Amino acid sequence: MNPFSYERPETVPDAVRLAAASARARYLGGGTNLVDLMRETVERPDALVDVTGLSQGIEARGDGGLVIGAGVRNTAVAADRAVRTRFPVLSRAILAGASGQIRNMATVGGNIMQRTRCTYFYDDAARCNKRAPGAGCDAVDGFNRIHAVLGASPACVATHPSDMCVALAALDAVVHLDGPVGRRSIPLTDLHRLPGDRPDIETELAPGELITAVELPPLAFAARSTYRKVRDRASYAFALVSVGAAIDVQDGMVRDVRLALGGVAHKPWRAWKAEAALRGGPATEASFRHAAETELADAAPLSHNAFKIDLAVRTVTAVLSELTGAAA
Amino acid sequence: MRFTINGRDVEAEFDLRTSLLDLLREHLHLTGSKKGCNQGACGACTVLVDGERINSCLALAVQYQGRSILTVEGLSAGGELHPLQRAFVEHDGFQCGYCTPGQLCSAIGMAGEVDRGIPSVLTADLSRETVVLDYDELRERMSGNLCRCGAYNGIVAAITETFGAEATR
Ligand SMILES: Cc1cc2nc3c(=O)[nH]c(=O)nc-3n(C[C@H](O)[C@H](O)[C@H](O)COP(=O)(O)OP(=O)(O)OC[C@H]3O[C@@H](n4cnc5c(N)ncnc54)[C@H](O)[C@@H]3O)c2cc1C
Ligand code: SF4
Ligand code: FES
Ligand code: FES
Repeated sequence: MNPFSYERPETVPDAVRLAAASARARYLGGGTNLVDLMRETVERPDALVDVTGLSQGIEARGDGGLVIGAGVRNTAVAADRAVRTRFPVLSRAILAGASGQIRNMATVGGNIMQRTRCTYFYDDAARCNKRAPGAGCDAVDGFNRIHAVLGASPACVATHPSDMCVALAALDAVVHLDGPVGRRSIPLTDLHRLPGDRPDIETELAPGELITAVELPPLAFAARSTYRKVRDRASYAFALVSVGAAIDVQDGMVRDVRLALGGVAHKPWRAWKAEAALRGGPATEASFRHAAETELADAAPLSHNAFKIDLAVRTVTAVLSELTGAAA
Repeated sequence: MRFTINGRDVEAEFDLRTSLLDLLREHLHLTGSKKGCNQGACGACTVLVDGERINSCLALAVQYQGRSILTVEGLSAGGELHPLQRAFVEHDGFQCGYCTPGQLCSAIGMAGEVDRGIPSVLTADLSRETVVLDYDELRERMSGNLCRCGAYNGIVAAITETFGAEATR
């Protein structure tokens, strides 16, 4: 691990100022991803700005929305009563991730900004455009079973590993930022980028920008929402495919729906096409399957991950059927 | 930098790169907490910080200044093993013992989470305030602790006896 300085500021402006002092400064949350990557020398910050003391608390708004501080631990978000009752998909997504210990350490901001689990990204003997732009990508023709089927590029086929972000994408979450150029907000679905030819640039955050909060706008029908994760073992494994969904059905017809996929792309994948196909149509298993197939129509399998396409279709169909009680 | 470790105030100076696990093991010679993977994947390094379980291998020690840390060395009191430690002995909750300190600390932290009504991914009804620690819930909640010897049956039995749905605490 390279040496670094350490500061624990008490205010957001102090944190932003400290991080602006060096181009290689990094904000530090629970450290569960950053410390690991520093040990592997994938990350080599020269300054750590510990932001775990900032942006605390979950504020339930009167209109049914919520504002979750970026420093809140993952366990605390999942256990929050308002989250559990208004947005169960978010509790379930968080609880489907990592382990009890890691969820106690991990923060909301760090979870959003966590980096891919592509094994070649971690291995400094491998070629990786994300780690070393222009070096090439050993995953494209390598062991790519866990990699992306949607939105990938020849430069990078990695996935974003977060479960929590899949729920946030489905819920139209808005991320609040503060930084050298001031405050702004950005929809979570626009925060992570597709790899294109610059997989090393993973988000729309400008250098030194700090996530301060995540806002969930009111969505009454999200009280009936859930998350399903398919993985290689029953617990404590990253998603091969996951689905976060909320659906509003009346008289057998889909009035509204929110749907997002994990494990399939470089970003949490909001299933806009499937949602459009579902809205106003019948809430039947056949139409759920059709909508899922519409979303996956552009999927491009790699040598080892074609199974993900069918798995995603089936998981979407199963989750929507479960939520609506549609006959199998 | 100051810490409270197993009830005692401790002052330590160390390189900022030191993990909490290395601080405990290498600087303070509390070698009960184990280094299995050093990357968050096995749970052998689990300790309690203000009662909450964390993986000390992923924790930079500097972040935990001023906090109260409990390791396996601090579980017994007055020469008496913690009830969970006794149950591990009775139920053969280990073979080589390498994962045991982490299993013990993790189970104690987990029991606190259950008492506070924190749900798990298996909790069917998220609106319920209380958690019943049955077999499946226990295994899910302990999935962050691996045992290479496969002593899981004994581990589950010991934790069930101490903290399970039937146990009185
Ligand atoms: C063994 C293991 C298994 C795991 N399994 C899963 C899983 O199944 N599902 C899953 O979703 N995740 C999983 N994770 C990943 C885990 O969820 C992340 O490591 C965690 O959420 C990161 O949060 P943190 O606070 O520890 O971030 P850190 O490690 O502290 O930081 C991560 C990144 O975020 C940046 N950052 C932190 N806070 C902010 C902020 N406020 N604003 C801007 N940038 C910030 C940091 O600079 C760094 O680049 C697993 C991790 C491990 C080690
Ligand atoms: S898929 Fe992306 S992260 Fe993985 S080796 Fe290729 S460029 Fe690197
Ligand atoms: S040594 Fe910390 S989790 Fe394995
Ligand atoms: S007893 Fe040997 S690893 Fe668990």
